[in-house]
Amino acid sequence: MERAKLFMIRAPLTPTSRTLFAVLSFVLPVLVWCAVSYVPWIWHPMVLVSDPGSVSYFKIGMRVPRETFDREAATAKAKGAAVSAGAPANPVYLPAPDQVLTAFYTAFTTPPQTRDGKWLHESLWHSVQIIFWGFLISSLIGVPLGILCGAYSGFARTTEPFTEFFRYLPAPAFGALAVAILGIYDGPKIAIIVIGTLFQQILIIANTTRTLDYPLVEAALTLGTKRVQMLPRIVSPAVLPAIFRDQRILLGWAWTYLIVAELIGTSSGITWFITQQARYQNFPNVYAAIIIIGILGLTTDLALAFLGKRLFTWDRTGETR
Amino acid sequence: MDKRVSSVSYLSQSEAVRERFARLKARDVILDVRNLTKVFSARGKETTALKDISFATHRREFLCVIGPSGCGKSTLIRILAGLEAQTSGDVLLDGKPVVGPGRDRGMVFQTYTLFPWLTVKKNVMYGLEVNNAGKSEAEAQALQWLDLVGLSKFADSYPYQLSGGMKQRVAIVRALANQPRILLMDEPFGALDAQTRTRMQAHLLEIWRKIDITIIFITHDLDEAIFLADRILVLKPHPGEVIEMIEVPVPRPRHESQVTSEEFLATRQRLDELIHSRADGHAADEDEDAGMHAALARLTDVTDNVE
Repeated sequence: MERAKLFMIRAPLTPTSRTLFAVLSFVLPVLVWCAVSYVPWIWHPMVLVSDPGSVSYFKIGMRVPRETFDREAATAKAKGAAVSAGAPANPVYLPAPDQVLTAFYTAFTTPPQTRDGKWLHESLWHSVQIIFWGFLISSLIGVPLGILCGAYSGFARTTEPFTEFFRYLPAPAFGALAVAILGIYDGPKIAIIVIGTLFQQILIIANTTRTLDYPLVEAALTLGTKRVQMLPRIVSPAVLPAIFRDQRILLGWAWTYLIVAELIGTSSGITWFITQQARYQNFPNVYAAIIIIGILGLTTDLALAFLGKRLFTWDRTGETR
Repeated sequence: MDKRVSSVSYLSQSEAVRERFARLKARDVILDVRNLTKVFSARGKETTALKDISFATHRREFLCVIGPSGCGKSTLIRILAGLEAQTSGDVLLDGKPVVGPGRDRGMVFQTYTLFPWLTVKKNVMYGLEVNNAGKSEAEAQALQWLDLVGLSKFADSYPYQLSGGMKQRVAIVRALANQPRILLMDEPFGALDAQTRTRMQAHLLEIWRKIDITIIFITHDLDEAIFLADRILVLKPHPGEVIEMIEVPVPRPRHESQVTSEEFLATRQRLDELIHSRADGHAADEDEDAGMHAALARLTDVTDNVE
């Protein structure tokens, strides 16, 4: 009975199973990661040398490919020399979950390695500011323009064809140009995020605005609504919840442009932290930083979803999911 | 459907009814429609939706417009509301031609058109507010209107919290709050179940009795038209043309029990004749049904009869 229900098209879930499945969606990937990290016979293409034996270039704590290790071991055995010992290991770029977990703590407590370096939280805060300004500037232009395009056909025809063209131009391609115009600090980074977000935003908001239930417009007309009143009194409030949902998705897109943006000019923010740590082969820290971006993104989105529910109590679309 | 042949004609009116009609026709003409024609052209092909429609309604008249699908009754009311433009002919409201939509003509739609982001009270206040009424004034009036349809309790509810019948009651008072000269209703109870629909008809007559309003009501339900109307404008399809203006001989006040009265049945019989048995009318849905039964072979045992 339960299983039959599980495979019924769009059957609603009980609150318990909703929570359960949500937890599972995080637990399953982590389990895969654990299996690859802790079960010696899954993958583990390297050998972590614990005793070099007679092999001159092996050192304790060194990772060597398994074939190399086996070949050296066979040669040593044939010569009757001391055979080296080691345990199966993964490459250095795949740390185990526990290492990353530790890094979550140590990354925040370890002081910067250089004098002008930044703490992790400082890097993060800088990234958040770049995203905030980029997305704010993009929205200040994109949302009103999108609504205008969705409401007035003339506006749409003069804006959308060019926007369609421009959105195919990859934002990072404007990097050099942005630096030339805006300098090497935060200016060009914010510009890249704006370029990456704005053109999609105009088109998405315009399409959302077009979903407006037209009979509402007709009802407003018969109630004596004047033309100038239509946008603020009918169109905008009617599509606001849907636009709010669009904005949540677009904010996620803005984050994806962050890494590229921060590589432009002087490297900064979380990207600078990640590249620094990778340079020192501090991979647990790299993973920790990447995961922190995910956590930050998800919590922002959940907070916005909660806010949306409070703001638009009248909105009944997308009730169950 | 009662197919009994009525012994009286729909044309014979009792003394009281005749007097009512005399008084009705003595009142001012509110809406005067003259030779209204609407031609739609799509892909080089022209379709005449309405052809030479003329009629007039008097103050506080309840006029129903009836006709089979494709007769252009919705197009007609949309032109009256100003949501569509006629190809030729005139629509005069109090003698002045109608251009575009305006607050002097309220409209209730078949689909629910309450603004979902506004509370019930704010929905009713809307028309007053966009027409520059003060906020407190608009609120006081809105509450009175809600009281009239017994929805004061729901003033602060949102439309999604109301049933279909309640939504349409709010839609009616939202339109009336603007104090229009005429209320246009486009199959407003079409989406409601039979019981709610009957209750809504009674509600509507009650409202109509209490305030100074002229109503044009579109429907395809013959009984609904007879129950509500003073006069019924009957249209035929392809193209939409007036075939008769019927004066409903059923006395007022109307009551559900009148559905079986002689006058009611006589009118019903006349409407059936006009709408269902017109040889030249040839409604589109009849074309669609042609050949359906012939193509359907018997798929059960011949002894296994259901009738």
